[in-house]
Amino acid sequence: MTDDPDHEEMAATTDGGLATVADEPRAVSDLLSETEAGIAGYNYAYLDEHTKREVRRGVLNAIALPGHQVPFASREMPLARGWGTGGIQTTLSLLGPEDTFKVIDQGSDESINAANIRRLAETTADVETTTDTTDASVIQTRHRIPEEVLTDDQILVLQVPTTDPLRRVDGSDDANRRRHAHKNYSKMWVALYENVVEWGEIQISARYPVMVHDRYLMDPSPIPRWDTSKLNDADSLFLFAAGREARIYAVPPHTDVEPLAFEDRQFQVERFDGKRCHRCASTDTYLTEVTDEDGVTRYACNDASFCEKRIEDPTLSKSHHLDDETVAWGPGTPDPLVDDARRETVLDNGNSSVTEGGDEA
Amino acid sequence: MSLLDAENVTRFYGDVEPCGRCVERTGAEHGRNRCPECGMVVGCADVTLSVESGEVLGIVGESGSGKSSLAEMLALDLAATDGTVAFDAYDGNFLDANYEERVDLQNEHVGMVHQHVGDGLNLEFTGGGNVAEALLAAGWRHFEDVRTRVRDLFEETEVPADRMDDPTSTYSGGMQRRVQIAKAIANDPELVILDEPTTGLDVSVQARVLDMFRRIQREQDVATIVVSHDLGVIRLLADRTVVMRHGRVVETGLTDRVMEDPRHEYTQTLINSVI
Repeated sequence: MTDDPDHEEMAATTDGGLATVADEPRAVSDLLSETEAGIAGYNYAYLDEHTKREVRRGVLNAIALPGHQVPFASREMPLARGWGTGGIQTTLSLLGPEDTFKVIDQGSDESINAANIRRLAETTADVETTTDTTDASVIQTRHRIPEEVLTDDQILVLQVPTTDPLRRVDGSDDANRRRHAHKNYSKMWVALYENVVEWGEIQISARYPVMVHDRYLMDPSPIPRWDTSKLNDADSLFLFAAGREARIYAVPPHTDVEPLAFEDRQFQVERFDGKRCHRCASTDTYLTEVTDEDGVTRYACNDASFCEKRIEDPTLSKSHHLDDETVAWGPGTPDPLVDDARRETVLDNGNSSVTEGGDEA
Repeated sequence: MSLLDAENVTRFYGDVEPCGRCVERTGAEHGRNRCPECGMVVGCADVTLSVESGEVLGIVGESGSGKSSLAEMLALDLAATDGTVAFDAYDGNFLDANYEERVDLQNEHVGMVHQHVGDGLNLEFTGGGNVAEALLAAGWRHFEDVRTRVRDLFEETEVPADRMDDPTSTYSGGMQRRVQIAKAIANDPELVILDEPTTGLDVSVQARVLDMFRRIQREQDVATIVVSHDLGVIRLLADRTVVMRHGRVVETGLTDRVMEDPRHEYTQTLINSVI
């Protein structure tokens, strides 16, 4: 505590008189005497301690009720809501000086938003930052789950634009909360039924609705279907945070997460029809279609950090950093075209030493 | 025991504190349903009736006589102020079922065909989707099975099956009514409640909807409560009839007897004014 009426100090003490708790760290330098990091006058990890506690309470509630949307007192952040404010608040309330932090924006570490979020954490929380998924202890991400298998030492914080999967079928949050309370998801099922009637299969590109622990229907944020199965029975903790909607929800480690599907119209991941990444030649990663100015269309790994590693070592498995390289994570190789073929593929993969992992399904 | 035994079913409307004598100060003999002391409107009171399995019970009365309130309470769409109902598929007072039990009961045991199509169907969904909702809510998870059942129900209720994937809002009034019936019978309920099944339909469509329902009712032997102000509908469908006025049952009897030999003054007026 200082008596210096510095205007930055005033800006930081948003909850006025309450911020007089004596042993609250005010800056990185309070915590780590040997460092010069931090913005003068700002609290450690940017948020004041009360906000961090509030967010952590929300996180703990969310972990206790997998898939349930827990309200929290979302604060104004120095960037517009919708740009990851929920994710930033959650991340900053979790980070400590021992952490290593990575930010992914649509698979890339290099977007302006990702770089800025990373820099904010670096400056205010004095954390190591990395682009290597396997080195990070906390990863904030938008729209992707990394290709490399996450471990029980890692937390993935997903930015969420729309928290309620039922909003696709009914705009009334009031009615939807009642549906969640009573596990009444027939309207969602009708939407899937009509989807199959129209397209012959379930055509939901991202935000694929999943049942968590056979209780709550959950919006996994706009990750591609490709990533959806990674949520099931994972080692890592997944936190979902929406700043605009002031909601946090979670998938704790080893929780059942099941995409909604019919017995005879099963959940399917994206198909790339034998396309491979033009840089690292991978066929077992989620690919993005890129069309250059000269009109040439190429496919590239969406997960840029893993792509770099694959360029070095094309046979690197997605679980190369684990003791057991057969740990399953996401779709297997090669990408299956139909379900029956897919199951056979998984069996083949299990016996093969060239490809890693298998499919969860 | 009958399929459904209702006793003293009562419903008040109004945001005033009831004076406690609302029921005795209203009703057919007073010619009013608003309590002169506290201003409470007695929608229906002390209604006691029973439905046997496979039987069709008609409820007839003028607008405001409380017949729709009664139907909605028996379909668990409206909370009752008082009363007990014993229902075959439910242990305890049917009217006290909690939300979850209600959803189950409505889905699998009591089918309701609403007067206003918007109450019973989601007009943005396809007709097939609306019927499928009943099946999906009952736990059907095999797409082709759902599809087949929906198509069968469309054929059963004489809705053109090639329209099943069009939005319900594009259907004609008669088709919407048929889709509601298809949805109501989708899970083979023990009881179907029809609230004004022909209102808003032109005469030829009325006749076809009634014929269709009568056939299904006979084939499946499903108990039915038909609420209508139209004596023709009641005469065609109902085995027994209950006549309501000012929220009270004024006469009960076999439909033929009530039509040919009405005993209550109001029933006599009602029948005279139609025939």
